Amino acid sequence: MSLRPLTSPWFHGPAGHEKIWLGCALLWCFVMSLMMPYWHFRGKQNSTGEAYTVAPVAYLARAEAFVKSNRVGTWKNQASNNPLLTELPLVEPAPGGDAYLVARMWQWYPALRLHVGETYRLHLSSLDLQHGFSLQPLNMNFQVIPGYDHVLTITPTSRGEFTIVCNEFCGMGHHLMSGKIFVE
Amino acid sequence: MASSSHNLAAPGTPGRVCGTTGLHVCLDAQRFIKLNAVVGIVFLLLGGIAALGLALTRWQTVHLLPAEWFYRILTFHGLNMLIFWILFFEIAILYFACTTPLNARLYSRKIAWVSFLMMLVGAVMTDTVIIGGKADVMMTSYLPLLAHPGFYLGIILVAVGTLIGVFNFFATLYVAKRDGAYTGSVPIVTFGATAAAIIAVVTLLHGAIVMIPTFTYSMGWTSQPDPEWYRLIWWGLGHQSQQVNVCAMVSVWYLLSHIVLGARPINEAVCRTAFVLYILFINLASAHHLLVDPGVGATWKIWNTSYAMYLAVLASMIHGFTVPAGVEIAMREKGYTSGIFGWVTALPWRNPAFSATVLSVVIFGFLGGITGVTLGTQQINIIAHNTLRIPGHFHVTVVGGTTLAFMGLAYYVVPLIFQRDFIGRGWARAQPWIFGGGITMLSLGMSFAGSMGVSRRSWDIDAQGVYGPAAHLWLGVLGIGGVLAFTGLLIFALLCVGTLFFGAKIQDRAMTDWGTPPALAGSQAGSLAHDHYATKGTMALSLVFLACFAIYYFANWKALADVWPVR
Repeated sequence: MSLRPLTSPWFHGPAGHEKIWLGCALLWCFVMSLMMPYWHFRGKQNSTGEAYTVAPVAYLARAEAFVKSNRVGTWKNQASNNPLLTELPLVEPAPGGDAYLVARMWQWYPALRLHVGETYRLHLSSLDLQHGFSLQPLNMNFQVIPGYDHVLTITPTSRGEFTIVCNEFCGMGHHLMSGKIFVE
Repeated sequence: MASSSHNLAAPGTPGRVCGTTGLHVCLDAQRFIKLNAVVGIVFLLLGGIAALGLALTRWQTVHLLPAEWFYRILTFHGLNMLIFWILFFEIAILYFACTTPLNARLYSRKIAWVSFLMMLVGAVMTDTVIIGGKADVMMTSYLPLLAHPGFYLGIILVAVGTLIGVFNFFATLYVAKRDGAYTGSVPIVTFGATAAAIIAVVTLLHGAIVMIPTFTYSMGWTSQPDPEWYRLIWWGLGHQSQQVNVCAMVSVWYLLSHIVLGARPINEAVCRTAFVLYILFINLASAHHLLVDPGVGATWKIWNTSYAMYLAVLASMIHGFTVPAGVEIAMREKGYTSGIFGWVTALPWRNPAFSATVLSVVIFGFLGGITGVTLGTQQINIIAHNTLRIPGHFHVTVVGGTTLAFMGLAYYVVPLIFQRDFIGRGWARAQPWIFGGGITMLSLGMSFAGSMGVSRRSWDIDAQGVYGPAAHLWLGVLGIGGVLAFTGLLIFALLCVGTLFFGAKIQDRAMTDWGTPPALAGSQAGSLAHDHYATKGTMALSLVFLACFAIYYFANWKALADVWPVR
């Protein structure tokens, strides 16, 4: 009885249907546990959390240097009516090289131009609050935290215009915070 | 405070005998069950009103609230629902579970007062700060976002008050054993509540560790804690507190299926082991929120994601089998034996406590559990983190699961503890279906919009210019589901409050039955006690569940494989 103390001996091993179900459930848990290490070695999408300590000021200096030496033009926003996203420097990192994205209230800086099939080390960090790197319409999401230089080793495999949305609440302009990545 | 004996049957002890169940009820416990339950339901109603505003804002066509109020109300909603409503109601459940089933008297009235008042003051303080516009930081208040110190202080007061209430629970267990109030082993309901209480202690300690330095920082006394450290420890509070809910909810499943049908766990040893698995393997769950974070490595993420080997998931899969299996056995013993599912059609679907239990099991398991394990898979989190898929998951665990189970419990708590029969019984019978249906719609809307990349905690999606008509459609489903769920919640709150004032009084008589299936002629209780193959229907349903789980899980791996390679 579920509401009164148990007095008779109640300890029995599982039997019958319950034993079958326990076996199925345990096996399934085992499969799920193995999937993650399997994907870590054989799969292509992993979050390894590679990161380095960096002061926001130092990170901004690195990003500015990156923009200065790799700038190929200016991207002007002609499509949407977002008042916080009018234009950004358009920057093309060297294939295999480093690319920097600065997250700050409420902008992703600068716009990047990447090449399909090339691999980049994409650095993400914030100058103020926590932000969320959400690449649309692909729907890839990573956390961006001030003081942490979060490095994604990323290989674009599809061409087109991609929008970076912020998906970590960062104040009243949060829903306007966006950026651009172009893949050619 | 304490009389010489904590046995309720001892002379001079303030207790009464329940006119419905014949069980002893401690009058001290009864008072605090009433207080905590009523205040809990008030916070549920506040959080529900906030929820209506949120649903009608994210429904992009309606877009009700201005941005500032959307974020403010979102903070308010999270804290009132996930912390205040749940903790107050759980304290009520703990006070019940340590007294009546053990024939014991509550350890201390004074401690119960201190606990209750601290929680109440803390909750009101936090709510006041939020509504005053001094804490637009979301429930998680991620540093370096900073709120008014009163926000953190209120949460600390609620946490400490809850810890004091949990202490009263453990003290009652101790004196009940010491004074011989009962013999044998505690029943499964008390056992499950004890597991919840143990996890609550670990959880609330995490809360203290993270909130105290944040509070002192907000006062300007200490330097800013590291934001990643904050996330790690905060989720030791934020995620584990939901495991307290799971334990409490599962205990309520056992309790209600027993009260309504006389169901019992088919195997006490297995059920209890499952509760122990929760305690042992749940405490790493904060990792679920750091799966795409910098600074924590893949090994750490993978190990903590599975809590070593998904043994806490195994525990839920055990309860998800045992509860319906107990119901099936009880029904078959009553004589409803036709076919595999004959017992299902004979179940008391018009009994709101029972329909709430079944809906809670199904919504929690099929929707909440499957999505939770999948989203919490380390790599799959890349295509889910901070999208609407996350609230799409936890609204079917903590709302469709826990809150609905607690609502079901209220359909017996109010008559048995407040001793008044429910008013509006027709509305009560429909309420779990309206609420459960609404929450299911809300969750589906969130999950599908999230799959299309729509982020959570965002006032507007149109400025981004990347979301098409399909995403807008699912946000509409979210909105309609939210309105429906709010309607169910409002019916519930009005019925409860109305009953306290206008319900027919029950004095020494049995409460009016909500409806229980009668035993058929020739049936015999306990006749299937040794038949281990009598749960064919539950076995079939469980295998359907496993198939759904596997399909959803591998479909998500496929979706992950389609995005850009990243390390």
